[in-house]
Amino acid sequence: MALARRSQIDPGAVRRAETDVLVIGGGPAGCWAALAAAEAGVDVILVDKGYCGTSGAAAAAGHGVWYCPPDPELREEAMASREGLGGWLADRRWSSRVLEESFQQMNRLATWGYPFPPGDHFRHVSADGHVHHSKGLQGPAYMRIMRRKVVNARVAIWDHAPVLELLRTPDGEVVGAAGVQRQRGGAWEVRAKAVVVATGGCTFLSGGLGCNVLTGDGYLVAAEAGAELSGMEFSNAYAIAPAFASVTKTAYYQYATFTYEDGSVVPGAGWHSRSAIARALLEGPVYAVLDQAPESEHERLRRGQPNFFAPFDRAGIDPFRQRFPVTLRLEGTMRGTGGLRLVTDDCQTSVPGLFAAGDAATREYICGGFTGGASHNGAWAIASGTFAGRGAAALARTRASTAHAPVVVEAAAALRANGERRAELGWWEATARVKDEVLPFEKNYFREGGRLRRALGELDQLWSELGTLDAPEDPLAAVHLREAAAMTATARWMYTSALARNETRGMHKRLEHPTLDEAQEHRILVGGLERLWTRPDPRRPLTSKQLAAVA
Amino acid sequence: MIEVVSEQRCTRCDICIRVCPTNVFERGPDGYPVLARQSDCQTCFMCEAWCPEEAIFVAHPVEPVPEGSPYRDPAFLEAHDLFGAYRRAIGWGRRPQPAT
Repeated sequence: MALARRSQIDPGAVRRAETDVLVIGGGPAGCWAALAAAEAGVDVILVDKGYCGTSGAAAAAGHGVWYCPPDPELREEAMASREGLGGWLADRRWSSRVLEESFQQMNRLATWGYPFPPGDHFRHVSADGHVHHSKGLQGPAYMRIMRRKVVNARVAIWDHAPVLELLRTPDGEVVGAAGVQRQRGGAWEVRAKAVVVATGGCTFLSGGLGCNVLTGDGYLVAAEAGAELSGMEFSNAYAIAPAFASVTKTAYYQYATFTYEDGSVVPGAGWHSRSAIARALLEGPVYAVLDQAPESEHERLRRGQPNFFAPFDRAGIDPFRQRFPVTLRLEGTMRGTGGLRLVTDDCQTSVPGLFAAGDAATREYICGGFTGGASHNGAWAIASGTFAGRGAAALARTRASTAHAPVVVEAAAALRANGERRAELGWWEATARVKDEVLPFEKNYFREGGRLRRALGELDQLWSELGTLDAPEDPLAAVHLREAAAMTATARWMYTSALARNETRGMHKRLEHPTLDEAQEHRILVGGLERLWTRPDPRRPLTSKQLAAVA
Repeated sequence: MIEVVSEQRCTRCDICIRVCPTNVFERGPDGYPVLARQSDCQTCFMCEAWCPEEAIFVAHPVEPVPEGSPYRDPAFLEAHDLFGAYRRAIGWGRRPQPAT
């Protein structure tokens, strides 16, 4: 038994099951995938590291979903609004499919009882003139409904079941996954005919609201099975947050004035120009006050994002009138756009039997190298989850039982089972070392070749130490150590891709290459575990430029 | 960070233990939830939102508040109506949100 051999967990305590489709991750993308697969009539198990309904970036916060009725002019406006910002890497065909699918599914959500406000208001122009097409969702209510729908669709949900590895045959097909049960004790192993990875992005335990479960676990297990990633250089999104609190709600800072300690205004600082804030933070504290919000808007803003105000209310601060210290929290690939590369319209990765959805997959196909804020990622979770769930169900129907398929056992990072090299590097220390290389603005925000190479050297060293470690005996420590390994691998793909993109495009900014280079108008694929590689994606994005040329 | 579960309000239903995405709670010997891994708390307020008894208080700092802080004092939290305040703010509370 693969898992028992690897992580020394008592094989007698393994919870085993066989199913058609296994979904790993219970955020929005995982829920939509599980639901779509169940609606296609196959058996589904959904496992979540935490609790499906509260886990992930969406559940704790509120977010808009890219939403636009099927009016050709509006859809064109919705697709055009971010095309240049994203560095011309988004694809019109994918964007159209995602807009249509998320429109349909959002309308179903309304029929399930999600309390959308009355009216059909979805087009907004923000203070800086950007046009947005989105409908707001409150995370707690949204994800409570999604859990109920998933349960009612007869999906079996296993909560507190972190994944440690995928199971694959000698031919390289994925046939299930295995992990540990944090609350019941022991291990789990699910044999499946198709697997959907919906584990979210990676935010490196930076403390953003609801994001500490996002440690890149899905990237690592998929890459170990041979999957490729794409767009990992688009991974340096930082969000504004009160220095003392977790709530990252950058959009509300469109009403903010940013000041230094002495009260003078930080020049150029704004919610869309966070680099000025980052530079000021390197020198000392920075404060914000939302004094640009008209008094008449205060109540609407409060109702729109109760989570934003929770910390202020508790701290006794009126954010509209009193300034408070702010910081920038890394949102990595969660608000970035990189992730697992998809090779089919139904969200298959390059590994047979393995699908990816939500922030675990690259979102370059709809927003290129610039975050769409939560709106694009929210729509992507719904649409890619639905595509992946349907695709996985269709594949499962064509495959025989995988219950007795032979499974290869290879030594995975921090998951060896010799019992000899256990205590050499604790998860806490490994985590701190990764954070040291990815959180600092001067390394990840303001990217420069020499500094990227030095950071990558440190991460390579850490990876080589983790690679030969045995799994700790305590399953909770084993999970944390695998999280550290996943974050280390993620950071290495990020910086390797960042070094391969010698220009500034989307959110990726290279100090020594400050402009966009038309010769690099392609997506960058990255992969590997010991030796990393990059290459241009041979598939070029279909942009409005190509469409105009054809016309 | 999660600071207080009120034993006066708690009915030992275990919901907080189940719903915490970072597995902070454990069932204590007398059935009340204990903060077994407070350092894993990500200050997401989910336990406070899901607790049907409004027995939970999550403080705003991302680090634990110091010993002796009022944010650890159930009497202070009762007096200021802070237990379950986030649940009420998102409209899940049993009581209507008090006018401010």
